[in-house]
Amino acid sequence: MKISFFINGTSQSVEIADENTPLLWVVRDILDLKGTKFGCGKAACGACTIQVDGAAVRSCSYAVKFAEGKRITTIEGLGTKDNPHPVQQAWIEEIVPQCGYCQPGFMMATAALLEQNPKPTDEDIDKDIINVCRCGTYYRMRKAIHRAAEITQTNLNTEENG
Amino acid sequence: MAKEKKKVSRRKFLVRGGLGTVGVLAVGSYIFRNPIRRSLLAMANTLDVAYMGDTSHPMLWFELTKDNRIILHSPKVEMGQGSFTSMAQMAADELEIAINKIEVVHAATATGNIDGMSTGGSTSVSGLWQPLREIAATFREMLKNEAANKMGVEASTLTVKHGTFTANSKQLTFAEVAEGVTEWEIPDTPILKDIKDYKYIGKPIPRVDLNAKVYGEPIFGMDATMPNMLFGTVVRPTKIGAKFISADVSKAETMPGVVKVIQEDDFVGVVAHSLIEAENAKKAIVVTWDSLTNLQTEDITSVMTVGNGKSTIIQKEGDEVDEDGLVSMEFRSPIGAHAQIEPNGVLASVEGTTATIIISTQVIGITRREVADRLGLEEEDVNVIPTYLGGGFGRRLHTPHAVQAAVMSKAVGKPVKYFFSRKEEFQHDMFRPPTHHVMKGKLNANGLLEHLEHHFVSGDVGNNSAMIPSMLPTIIGADVGAIRGGFIQYGKIPNYRSVYWHVDLPFATSWWRSLGLLANTFAIESFMDEMALRAQKNPVEFRLAHIQDDEAGTRLRQVIRAAADKAGYTDEVINGRAMGFAASTDANTPCAQVAEVSIEGNEIRVHKVTLAMDPGISVNPDQVKAQCEGCVIMGMSAAMFEQMHVSDGELSPTIYGPYNMALMKHAPKEIDVVLLQGTDKPGAVGEPPLGPIGAAVANAVFRLTGKRLQNMPLQLS
Repeated sequence: MKISFFINGTSQSVEIADENTPLLWVVRDILDLKGTKFGCGKAACGACTIQVDGAAVRSCSYAVKFAEGKRITTIEGLGTKDNPHPVQQAWIEEIVPQCGYCQPGFMMATAALLEQNPKPTDEDIDKDIINVCRCGTYYRMRKAIHRAAEITQTNLNTEENG
Repeated sequence: MAKEKKKVSRRKFLVRGGLGTVGVLAVGSYIFRNPIRRSLLAMANTLDVAYMGDTSHPMLWFELTKDNRIILHSPKVEMGQGSFTSMAQMAADELEIAINKIEVVHAATATGNIDGMSTGGSTSVSGLWQPLREIAATFREMLKNEAANKMGVEASTLTVKHGTFTANSKQLTFAEVAEGVTEWEIPDTPILKDIKDYKYIGKPIPRVDLNAKVYGEPIFGMDATMPNMLFGTVVRPTKIGAKFISADVSKAETMPGVVKVIQEDDFVGVVAHSLIEAENAKKAIVVTWDSLTNLQTEDITSVMTVGNGKSTIIQKEGDEVDEDGLVSMEFRSPIGAHAQIEPNGVLASVEGTTATIIISTQVIGITRREVADRLGLEEEDVNVIPTYLGGGFGRRLHTPHAVQAAVMSKAVGKPVKYFFSRKEEFQHDMFRPPTHHVMKGKLNANGLLEHLEHHFVSGDVGNNSAMIPSMLPTIIGADVGAIRGGFIQYGKIPNYRSVYWHVDLPFATSWWRSLGLLANTFAIESFMDEMALRAQKNPVEFRLAHIQDDEAGTRLRQVIRAAADKAGYTDEVINGRAMGFAASTDANTPCAQVAEVSIEGNEIRVHKVTLAMDPGISVNPDQVKAQCEGCVIMGMSAAMFEQMHVSDGELSPTIYGPYNMALMKHAPKEIDVVLLQGTDKPGAVGEPPLGPIGAAVANAVFRLTGKRLQNMPLQLS
């Protein structure tokens, strides 16, 4: 069957035999966007986190059929080197990644959190950011999340004043 | 002194093309004439492993591109530890080129530049410190001699900066020097720069892989693809000890998308057009297993008890002790999983008599040999292309799934990608072995230790690993991994000993970041705190009073003082928070930690960890700090939350969540790292800071509750 959606700002149609195929494998193996990671296949680790209509979704457990007509953002669509998303800028400033494998999932979850809650407290972060990082980069991630909120606020102020 | 002339063959020059490369420069030098013997000695003495690559033959370390950049082919893999960045720093400083002109890539085995052993043991930067700088300096001199020829001046009149040679008013870039040159004279290794003259070494340079990791570039083994690639999977048993006998594959063979079901003597695999088709077909295969066990966790705990198995005294000073007045206390640690987020996986392509293996592995050379042996290929015809690792932690020191993927690829004549499910990852891990410790101690009339003993039992860590020469355990009589951190580091105690007991387990256990260090330190340092309390002494002062006056003792004392001072260590409980102290020495790197802890409900909360460590020269202080922060959190996770169970012969849990790990909410809000430099070379960094955290937290809990937690994971009830 054919499923159509918007991904990273462009419309896309995929032909898929099994409509229950996890969106993760469509993104990785059909659309060849490898930034979204496979970690556990059971929505338990968050490495596959992407955004569907602005909400953080664990794509390993999200059937592609539910993506029909939706707007999907993956790490490749979050920002670019020339125009980084505040979360990516903050991640670079704080030098967060170690092995780096779980980081796209954390960044996508953080970007979704900041959409809902532009100035999260430590408690908000603890409650919302529940992905798993084995290298233990949580300490720097927390700093980067607060920094990303600051950058977002600064950008907003600049736009308003500009 | 006459320069040793070495003609480098053209074949070596033409290893690679198509990247705008003007010439591939092979640079060798004569550093370790006998790396194996040197390393064995180093391992047995200090548990510090020297670089095991061959630096005595010309091989590909550096490529110089037309636009005057350097591609550094790393014989070590990047698994998060940051060694690519440190290597770029070391090379840039000796080459005299800007660090942003250096790109570090994993050396494929076809280049010849591989570490014969592994990436592990916290040795990448320390092991390459001397050879890499020497090779870079040799390369610089090689270019300089050629620049002098081209410019018609004496080499001694040339200055070099930013990848450019200058004499009088003339300039030649490295790339211009190399242009058209096909044969090089390799000069003697020059004298290295003074450490104070380095521009990059010792500075907090941002990670060279930062952009790739922040923008989601496809750098991991899981991301590898090849044209016409198929997906393979292998049936794995759920029960411990199960041996493959035979399989009924008739149904699987007819399933949609299945290309072939492959039956070997030791495994059955299926190759299909998609991952899901392969997984579905796998479920339809009916396997007969033999040697099924019905083990429970209690069976493992009962066998894993000091007094069982074979013992080796690894340390002994002074006399036996009279049992009268001896304090004795037991500690345990559970089976631990690696739980790295990128599952083990591989992409193999076998064509005729050659094979290409793209893989996340810590053992490049061993993987190549295993594939060559199984397929009857020459090792040089198997090209292993390492990728970035989505976590290593020791798990990828065994990657024999490369063999299975290669067998499947050969059977279908196409590239085959194969990776573990998360359940397989948990059930077929090479676990951190469970341990049991008996500590014994006795105070003298002055409240100082007169006697201290550490008896401990562990399953295999280094034994049976392809990395460890089989005669090594015979020579030194103990498992080199299990004993890490198991030594008594307080040399002023008149009588002390450490006794290691070895027990075989029915499932595979092996290298887990820091090896025996976490559990051994948990036992020894919890007991040190206990004895300090009984002596009614401050635990920091109590430790200091027992440290000997040699170099190791001086460095240990300094980190203990630094951590205690920075944290403002106190025995008092203030506002419901207590501090716990612990220290360890691992691979010559001492580390001390203070954990600030409270109890909320039934949960232990770690608010702040102050850590002081002396790894010698910190090539990249920011990444040394990152390793310290990561070790604190991974160590907390293992010490406070994680454990595998065995029930009815099956290992569980098989998913994150039930396999309880530290999350964002558990991580300390503050990790304050103090780095000291007590030696003039870089030492181990990636594992030593994992030592003290378990004991530091448990010691704080004792101050809050009066209860000594003797089992990992630390639980209040």
